[in-house]
Amino acid sequence: MHDLLFGFAIAILASIAASLVRVFSGPTRSDRVMGAQLLGTGGVAILLLTAAAGGNWAILDVAVVLALLAAFASFALFVSVATPKNQSGDRDVAEGT
Amino acid sequence: MTPVLFDAGLCVLILGVALASVIVREAFAAIAFFIVYGLLVAIAWTRLDAVDVALAEVAIGAGLTGALFVGAMSRIAQAAEAQAAPRRHPERLAVVGALLLCGGAGAALIFTVLQLPEVAVSLASLAEANLALTGVTNKVTAVLINFRGYDTLLESVVLLVALIGVWSATPDRFWGGPPGLQLAMTQDSVLGFFGAILPPVGFVVGAYLIWIGSSAPGGAFQGGTVWAAMLLLAVLAGLIDPPLVSKRSLRFGLVLGPALFLAIGIAGIFRGSFLGLDPPIAKTLTLAIEVGLAVSIAATLALLVIGKPRRAA
Amino acid sequence: MNALAIFTTVFLIAGLFFFIAGTIGLLRFPDLHSRLHALTKADNIGLGLVAVALMPQAPSIFLAVKLGLIWLFVLLASAAVSQLTARSALGHRAQLGSGETNDPGPV
Repeated sequence: MHDLLFGFAIAILASIAASLVRVFSGPTRSDRVMGAQLLGTGGVAILLLTAAAGGNWAILDVAVVLALLAAFASFALFVSVATPKNQSGDRDVAEGT
Repeated sequence: MTPVLFDAGLCVLILGVALASVIVREAFAAIAFFIVYGLLVAIAWTRLDAVDVALAEVAIGAGLTGALFVGAMSRIAQAAEAQAAPRRHPERLAVVGALLLCGGAGAALIFTVLQLPEVAVSLASLAEANLALTGVTNKVTAVLINFRGYDTLLESVVLLVALIGVWSATPDRFWGGPPGLQLAMTQDSVLGFFGAILPPVGFVVGAYLIWIGSSAPGGAFQGGTVWAAMLLLAVLAGLIDPPLVSKRSLRFGLVLGPALFLAIGIAGIFRGSFLGLDPPIAKTLTLAIEVGLAVSIAATLALLVIGKPRRAA
Repeated sequence: MNALAIFTTVFLIAGLFFFIAGTIGLLRFPDLHSRLHALTKADNIGLGLVAVALMPQAPSIFLAVKLGLIWLFVLLASAAVSQLTARSALGHRAQLGSGETNDPGPV
């Protein structure tokens, strides 16, 4: 069981490594955000697997915090900011390349 | 065998992501890679059995630092637009010099690490022998708050000083106003919905982390950082306005942690030693210190990410 | 192998399948919305299956519930991020196409 769970963890690690390509090449920022999101979810899965494999269930708390905060940078990205001088302009930070 | 394979793959990935973060052209891509790097390093910490550090790494690296960098990037972009300065590429000589310097420093580090003694000199056995006196069973918490409380006290003050440093960059006319840029009331109710649902949950998770810090990985810093992230989320979603920097209750919250810690430390003088926690009440004192620290850390970190005041009160 | 181990293995294989499918989709699909579609499969179902697979391995009910909670939090976060990503892309396309302002509109 121990080896099996680590085997699955390696498989998910490889899978999310592949999604790094999307972070690297994604033409828009939203693409990169999605790549990072997949990496975050994969990271949660890996943490779950290593917790079960080693019997160290305290690692689940790391997964809880990661699950809560994974989308943070994405939120910071999508917030519209009204600059003081330019009250009519709503600059969506997300769309820029 | 398979754990070794996993660790090897993780190491390769960490190095690859770090390299990608440095060489990629676009600023936001570098930030995305940096956040991923934080996540991978957190997994590495769990592999090294340092779950407390992993908790802190995830909260700060994957959460707050990402938001901080994105905010910084957008402000730099706005400033650059205003100035319309052309991009200057560094000279080849500078690049070569930087590479040599980094390579030399890296080689020196590797050499030094290889020279370290097989059995590390440490006080771990002494700490473990006296763990019962601290009232807590989590060794990390015992060391942070009790055995090496002096370091933690100074660190909490350092955080405060960092915030003061950020605030000191405020132009005079804006001082006393609310920190950060004015966020337009978001048209997107998705963010509003999320900003309303998640913070209460995060509050409970943060409180849970502080509470179990006495017997399992967790503690003041981890819980306080989750609280900071939740405050930040509510501000980003436009649901609450950050309070004026001149507000007394805000400043009270900021100094609560270090002040409480210092007060308990000074009270300890009358019982024997500065920052000495009396064994019978050590656990209560530790918990009180941790709650105070968490409140201050939450306020300080959230304000650090929000930034200095940019508009008048 | 006993029944629990078989249960875990089967669900892990299923979860891994969705993760791989989601990653392939993220890499190969031509535009942002279809990539988003692939991403949500990995996020929601992939992680859900992994969490369910590990529940029998947990030594206590509390930990099994914690696994479910983790999945719930990720669902929440990924749902919000997916909505925001899709709307921002939609607004961008409208801006490119007809020159209208970037306004994703109310819910």
